[in-house]
Amino acid sequence: MGVALTRSAQWTAAGHGAKTLEVTPLNEAIVKEIMMFVESFIYKYPQEANYVFVEPLEWKTNLDPSAFGSGYAVSETTVKSEEVDKNGEPLLYLSVPQIKIRSFGQLSRMLYIAKSMKLKEAQACIEANRNPVAKILGLDYNIINGKNGNSFVSSVLDKMNKDDDPESEIKMKIALQLKQLDLHLLNHSLKHISLEIRLNSGTVKNDIELLKQFSGKGEQTVLESIEYTSDYEFSNGCRAPPWRQIQGEICYVLVKPHDAEILCVTCSKEGVFLNGGKTDDEGQINYERKGEIYKDLVTLLKEKSAIFSENMSKQEVKFSEQLQKDQPNKAPKEEVAVTHKTSITSRKSAQENRINLGRSQLTKRLEPSLNWRTSVSSKESRNTLRDTQVEKHGGKLEKSRSSLSSGRAQLIRKSVEKIEEIISDSSSESEEDEEQPDHRQEANADLPSEYWQIQKLVKYLKGGNQTATVIALCSMKDFNLAQETCQLAIRDVGGLEVLINLLETDEVKCKIGSLKILKEISHNPQIRRNIVDLGGLPVMVNILDSPHKSLKCLAAETIANVAKFKRARRVVRRHGGITKLVALLDCGKHSAEPAQSSLYETRDVEVARCGALALWSCSKSYANKESIRKAGGIPLLARLLKTSHEDMLIPVVGTLQECASEENYRAAIKAERIIENLVKNLNSENEQLQEHCAMAIYQCAEDEDTRDLVRLHGGLKPLASLLTNTDNKERLAAVTGAVWKCSISKENVTKFREYKAIETLVGLLTDQPEEVLVNVVGALGECCQEHENRIIIRKCGGIQPLVNLLVGINQALLVNVTKAVGACAVEPESMMIIDRLDGVRLLWSLLKNPHPDVKASAAWALCPCIQNAKDAGEMVRSFVGGLELVVNLLKSENKEVLASVCAVITNIAKDQENLAVITDHGVVPLLSKLANTNNDKLRRHLAETISRCCMWGRNRVAFGEHKAVAPLVRYLKSNDTNVHRATAQALYQLSEDADNCITMHENGAVKLLLDMVGSPDEELQEAAAGCISNIRRLALAIEKARYS
Amino acid sequence: MNRKKLQKLTDSLNKNCKHFSKFEVKCLINLFYNLVGEVMERQGVVIGLDRNAFRNILHMTFGMTDDMIMDRVFRGFDKDNDGCISVTEWVYGLSVFLRGTLEEKMKFFQGFQDEIVNLLFPGLLFVDCFEVFDLNGDSFISKEEMFHMLKNSLLKQPSEEDPDEGIKDLVEITLKKMDHDHDGKLSFADYEQAVREETLLLEAFGPCLPDPKSQKEFEAQVFKDPNEFSEV
Repeated sequence: MGVALTRSAQWTAAGHGAKTLEVTPLNEAIVKEIMMFVESFIYKYPQEANYVFVEPLEWKTNLDPSAFGSGYAVSETTVKSEEVDKNGEPLLYLSVPQIKIRSFGQLSRMLYIAKSMKLKEAQACIEANRNPVAKILGLDYNIINGKNGNSFVSSVLDKMNKDDDPESEIKMKIALQLKQLDLHLLNHSLKHISLEIRLNSGTVKNDIELLKQFSGKGEQTVLESIEYTSDYEFSNGCRAPPWRQIQGEICYVLVKPHDAEILCVTCSKEGVFLNGGKTDDEGQINYERKGEIYKDLVTLLKEKSAIFSENMSKQEVKFSEQLQKDQPNKAPKEEVAVTHKTSITSRKSAQENRINLGRSQLTKRLEPSLNWRTSVSSKESRNTLRDTQVEKHGGKLEKSRSSLSSGRAQLIRKSVEKIEEIISDSSSESEEDEEQPDHRQEANADLPSEYWQIQKLVKYLKGGNQTATVIALCSMKDFNLAQETCQLAIRDVGGLEVLINLLETDEVKCKIGSLKILKEISHNPQIRRNIVDLGGLPVMVNILDSPHKSLKCLAAETIANVAKFKRARRVVRRHGGITKLVALLDCGKHSAEPAQSSLYETRDVEVARCGALALWSCSKSYANKESIRKAGGIPLLARLLKTSHEDMLIPVVGTLQECASEENYRAAIKAERIIENLVKNLNSENEQLQEHCAMAIYQCAEDEDTRDLVRLHGGLKPLASLLTNTDNKERLAAVTGAVWKCSISKENVTKFREYKAIETLVGLLTDQPEEVLVNVVGALGECCQEHENRIIIRKCGGIQPLVNLLVGINQALLVNVTKAVGACAVEPESMMIIDRLDGVRLLWSLLKNPHPDVKASAAWALCPCIQNAKDAGEMVRSFVGGLELVVNLLKSENKEVLASVCAVITNIAKDQENLAVITDHGVVPLLSKLANTNNDKLRRHLAETISRCCMWGRNRVAFGEHKAVAPLVRYLKSNDTNVHRATAQALYQLSEDADNCITMHENGAVKLLLDMVGSPDEELQEAAAGCISNIRRLALAIEKARYS
Repeated sequence: MNRKKLQKLTDSLNKNCKHFSKFEVKCLINLFYNLVGEVMERQGVVIGLDRNAFRNILHMTFGMTDDMIMDRVFRGFDKDNDGCISVTEWVYGLSVFLRGTLEEKMKFFQGFQDEIVNLLFPGLLFVDCFEVFDLNGDSFISKEEMFHMLKNSLLKQPSEEDPDEGIKDLVEITLKKMDHDHDGKLSFADYEQAVREETLLLEAFGPCLPDPKSQKEFEAQVFKDPNEFSEV
């Protein structure tokens, strides 16, 4: 605390007598902190609290002896504590008005007694004892003189080594505590200083200007007048004479409130306070401070004038709004605080102060203002901007004026972004969007030279004829347009508007030049957005009709760049761009056109390529896919696919791949015989092309015929060989995807086995990104459906990595992995491995996965596991809480989950003991509740489960009681033989109970079952017949009973 | 002119002109005689379009406005420098003017270097786009020439102190862009390199070729009906 007191606390400069602490918020905070430390000392460190100070802390107190109670010997003018040191001296001795205290315990108690006056006491104590640490611990510990922290530590260590009596240990502890407090205080005061509002000339000026607007005669105004004392303003914005500026003073104001005398106010960096007023002779000002320091002018005036404060609250609305507008943000405050930190030790140094002022002005220039409004010019968004702004204004009356308006602007911006439905990263851009226009206007010095050159060129673009424009465009093209500075510079000097404007002229050369630039700069996401805002897209779409091919090309390429986000794609579509772009593809057919093309022309193939490029960008929106199809794009794309130019093929295949997500397209792709060419291009050298082809096949191969086509055209071999190349992960993901989908067909799997693809796939199970893994595992899952392949996978050691993947979190991956593991488990030998790797437990724990797909898939995978595991019943029981978990899954909403869980229960219930357990967990009512369903898959598995569960206790009766029988009878009307079989078996089991037979008979089961007896399926026949015989036997028994 | 002669002329011109079909050559010859009018009948007099008539065509048909450039284009057509454009010069000139490849246009008319053309025009002047711009014919486009050609290209801003400053600056920009050997003027090599890099610079100092639109119109008009001309 010593250091904090000497360095941070603000002592009055008064040279005489004891120095006192100035009344500043900082000092107050420091004293409070110390006080809290002392107060809590007795609780926190009871042992150290008894330590007796080397010298007493002594000061003049205002406390009355009568305030002391028990534990003290109180007389008229003296108080002695009953607590004494080893020499019998009291630890607290008060002899009015002097008080001496010698332990923290007594200090704490004294503060407790002082109650409301404790702050004053603490202050008096600190003021009287300028070096408390030395007094408490002795001069050896005087850490104020330590040049740095290390010396303190070393001195402490020295002490430790010298003597090791218990007292010095306590001393040490206290010293450390005090040191900690000291650090805390320093940090705290820093925080405090940075929180403190530092005024600068700008903010003061704004305040005064604003108040001037609300001053004058009349009731409504807040002040009668407010004036500067000096008309001269220095270049740094201050009006105080230079020798006063050194003190941080900015200016002096004469304020005449309605209800008080003229106030002479000093505005300084520290705050605002009343000064001595104007001295009569020659208008000099008495600079001495006469009152408290307020944080700003308004606060001071509110304090001094009631009418001001009253009228202010009426004007508050207007005023704060104005303040926010005029004083865009207080960012410099922070800056000042930072500089202040550095100047904390030499705060009085005039040099420093001036730097502070200078810097704060510099930063003020850089600060963002509300000018962003100019940067958005599309009407639509402007309106929304205004609306939001109005709303904000309405809503923020309560908010303190310190809410930064740049933050507000961002908020508005963001909400606009939301309206625009922008998908790509926008938050980071919006910031830049705001700041850039400001750079243009204010922070001139920081701009790169390119900025000025570009600005000049844009000037020539605006004011030049065709020739000058072309020269300027060509010159602009020479800048590094891939660089963001240049891109933004073009926008910020208003170049985008001009460039787009040029597109609407008749000058072909200017249009070409302009598009060449737009094409380059539209790689920047911000510029794209600006182009759309400025209405550039419709113009470009119109150019697509132009007879000049190079123009068409450039326009299409630019559209391809711009249409990277949703709103842009919509604009292209709404203006008929898709149809026109599709028409560009058509150019490709006149490949043998005469070479009499004019000067600025390019080849038709190029036009088609650009068209495809633009379509590729556009095809990311669903509606655009539809438009492309309706415009007849698919046959054209199919034709272009027959060319052999990679440049052309990539966008074409890219578009197809994008569109193949739609069912319509997949059908068309099949019909147009596109697969053949996709397969052909898999053999290309170009990795990107291979990737897109594989991706397109992946999308299309959901369809069985397509899978066959891929095989027939020999696509499986290149796919299998591409699997071995693992460097390009994107391509690998696409290829494995294609392999996965293709392997859904058995014939394809056979082929893949021939090409040794399965071994390769197993090799890909480790060290691959998730996108690849999902596909690889998916493919293996398909392959595993065949016995032969399962053996291959086991022999290649594929089971271990598969089981390892069960601990992942990727949903798609888990679905595929569980499927693959489940398929492997069909093989008893593989099952042993899975069991050894604890795979069943992992599968079981996936039943807790939040995604229903994963749950269902895990449950399906468990079925073969339970079937094939040795001692399955024991294994299932070993999972603590496992059975309960499974039974509870019957409460799921998802049909697939339900069906899969039923299947699991069927397998579990094969073990009598387990069946007993799940019965106890209430499986019967849960199953009965599910009975009313139309889902055939669920019906089948549910019926199977019910027939299994009937094997235990009185479950048959229970099913009847829970009304599961009648719905089951209705299952017999289903069209699915599997359902019939399962249901007949379930009914056969249930019919062992008489009541159930009655229910069945009532629901017309007999007729349905009679039909089933005629089925070719023997199991079904048997079950149906058994059921009928049970019903019949019951009827006979009743008859017999009646007549006997 | 009788048909036989016309046929012969057409054949000879067509042989050496790869950009026009025979029919198109015929059309152009017909157009030429239409434009020249009655003068053609007189024997012994050089028949052709004089400077004014030609400039009139450039202005009316191709929308050119710059006197100086039009003058230079006339010189480009007028290979033998006799102050009037003959029918041969007309057809060859137009062939480049309308259909020339980039190289040909760059070297306005230089594309016909084959022997026959050389035979036809012994003192063939290689005037090209470059030479259109090379006002004083010293095979360099100097700063002054550029300034001269660009002086009307910028809108005069009343606020600016020196109205020529912008033009000077523009000249500097152009030089920076095109002057590859940094000698402060444009040689043909500079020009050629710059145009190859950026085709737009072909007409860097003013339009001296027909713009695509008027070119289309012209062609459509001249080559419209095959029958109409075959009878003449």
